[in-house]
Amino acid sequence: MEAFADPAAVEAALAEAGYLADPEIAQVVFLADRLDKPILAEGPAGVGKTALALALAEATGRRLVRLQCYEGLDEARALYEWDYHKQLLRLQADAGGRWEELEADIFSEPFLLARPLLEAIRSPAPVVLLVDEVDRVEVETEALLLEVLDSFQVTIPELGTMRAVTTPLVVLTSNSTRELSEALKRRCLYLPVEYPSIERERQILRARVPDLPERLAVKIAETVAAIRDLGLRKPPSVSETLDWARTLLALGIDELGAEVTAATLNVLLKHRADIERTTKELSLESR
Amino acid sequence: MIESLGAFVEELRAIGIPVSLVEALDAAQAVEVADLTDREGLRSALGATLVKSSRHRPAFDAVFDVFFGHRLGDSPSGPDVARRDETAGRSGTGGGAGEGADALREGLVAALVAGDETALRALVAEAVTRFGAIEAGRPVAGRYARYRVFRALDLERVASVLGSRLGAEPSEDPLDGRLAAERVRRLLDALRRAVEAEILRRLVADRGPVPVARTTRPRLDEDLDLLHASHADIARIERALAPLARRLATRISGRRRHGERGRLDVRRTIRRSLAHGGVFLEPRFRKPRPSKPDLVLLCDVSGSMATFARFTMQLTAAIAGEFSRVRVFAFIEDLDEVTEYFDRSVDFATGLAAMYGEAELVRLHGHSDYGRSLATFVDRHLDVVTPKTSVLVTGDARTNYRDPGLTAFATIAKRARAVFWLNPEPRRHWDTGDSVMSLYAEWCDEVAEVRSLRQLERFVEAAALPRRVR
Repeated sequence: MEAFADPAAVEAALAEAGYLADPEIAQVVFLADRLDKPILAEGPAGVGKTALALALAEATGRRLVRLQCYEGLDEARALYEWDYHKQLLRLQADAGGRWEELEADIFSEPFLLARPLLEAIRSPAPVVLLVDEVDRVEVETEALLLEVLDSFQVTIPELGTMRAVTTPLVVLTSNSTRELSEALKRRCLYLPVEYPSIERERQILRARVPDLPERLAVKIAETVAAIRDLGLRKPPSVSETLDWARTLLALGIDELGAEVTAATLNVLLKHRADIERTTKELSLESR
Repeated sequence: MIESLGAFVEELRAIGIPVSLVEALDAAQAVEVADLTDREGLRSALGATLVKSSRHRPAFDAVFDVFFGHRLGDSPSGPDVARRDETAGRSGTGGGAGEGADALREGLVAALVAGDETALRALVAEAVTRFGAIEAGRPVAGRYARYRVFRALDLERVASVLGSRLGAEPSEDPLDGRLAAERVRRLLDALRRAVEAEILRRLVADRGPVPVARTTRPRLDEDLDLLHASHADIARIERALAPLARRLATRISGRRRHGERGRLDVRRTIRRSLAHGGVFLEPRFRKPRPSKPDLVLLCDVSGSMATFARFTMQLTAAIAGEFSRVRVFAFIEDLDEVTEYFDRSVDFATGLAAMYGEAELVRLHGHSDYGRSLATFVDRHLDVVTPKTSVLVTGDARTNYRDPGLTAFATIAKRARAVFWLNPEPRRHWDTGDSVMSLYAEWCDEVAEVRSLRQLERFVEAAALPRRVR
């Protein structure tokens, strides 16, 4: 079942959900839907990779199942776990029963705790599965994901293979702190998400901070783009741009100049060296 | 379409982008559902299925333009191009180009300012026809045509016209000035790209995509030659360096921690057993915390080696957290410690400039003197080398026929945990002329030809990982 007719429909649906996608994002989402492949969105922090998954869930009216990755994530947290305490209770409540029956009983679905991946597979209604910051898990742990990504199924030794009833739309995000394994990348459609263009950032500003005057929005977008070009340690993200716009608005500023920028730069940049460098390169020092 | 997709994948592999069979099949499937009249849509579709790393995107884009840029463009027909080439032959010899160029420049500026893509493309096509001197069947690369077009249009004049057109309201504020300059730069870039795309389109129409791709084959960032990098290449390497350092750091710290299991942790094992009614079901282990090695960098920063040394310093500075201590020494004629210039709180370029200005590296002539530099190191700084220290030397081992200082080098090597020598010269040039690489090699754990970022990355990783005692 296809959710979208063409890439333009994706763009419209996402816009409806408050996410301004560029044509590339729309195209890849469209392909992911048609080819039943997961999307691997990679890019710097704060460019809206996670937001894409949230917006997709809203646009398609599907439930969002989220797996937040972290170092040390294991099978029990990602796939499934046997409910040990419940099993123990069951055994105690039925002392003296036949072992074969008991064994078959305590390794059955009522004793299974579904973690996000299994949950996404078992859901009767189609879901959007978000595997967030997949670059945080170790390379070995990535293998947990492969079966799910590849054929949308999970194998549980005691129960057999569980196949997806409906195909989930899968989005993986990565801040590229490390190279993901070839095996994982091969199974995904790759979507590099970069900082938005000036024009797109202006649209985002207008959409998210509706009170912002047009002139100021253009100028903010241009200034942020110039700052990102400096090659700083941590360039400003989209969310920081939005924070900056709200700050300027709250201060009642309608004309962006060097002095104002210098005074509010700490909203945009979070490293001292970055602030100093920007002040120098954009010649913002007060004269 | 399928045949050209095959050739396209071949070309990507030839550049060094890994494309598996599965991915090629995915691309074929994607092409089936994608709208083929939409060039950018096709680009996204092929990019998503074939190229799984943003580092490889620029190369992919270049090849894509060669293969599919023209087919889906607006005036793709062959005869049309041929006709234009004829007129090119006529007006190109006509001479009186100056006057036409002025009008054309005006038109281009107007189109750029208005953001009118169609007009821009038409005018660029006109310019290429007039000045590009691309003749059908002649095996020229696009570079000369590009040079001719840019010279005729005179980009500096375009920039100044653009500047005056955009900066309609002059302002006192420095930020306004800067933003206006940025705007001009962006429009110039757009013009440059349009001209390049047009020239490429003509070349491909003339000769077909496969030969053109072969002559214009782009290099991946990690394969650029560090020793002979051009100005543009250096900028690219610089951009590639930060993400590379980040990946390297994660890899190193990951391997260090997950490398081996530690001793049994009795306390945590007992604690854990409580959940199983006191049965020791899950033994717990202490996480091993092997100590981080020290790093001492000895960099030859004389003229020819400067670029290479700089990338090595920059890479190690960026992953300094993976070492317990990093000490950097630079030498030309003499050696001086320069660690302080690359402190995390200062910008790297500023530090580099300060280093050349302040450190005592040159006495008389400014040619590298390995003997004196190594002797100075042994005299003054030998105590920084301990059995925990990895020493990384970068240089071409060209002594200018002076004393190579082998005794001093041996003293350093005997104290250190490991010594790596990185030589950016091709291996076949070692030991020719005044290079004494093999003399030093005897005291090194490993000597490597490091001509690209890919190779550099490997060595810095080796220096940072724990090592068995020799």
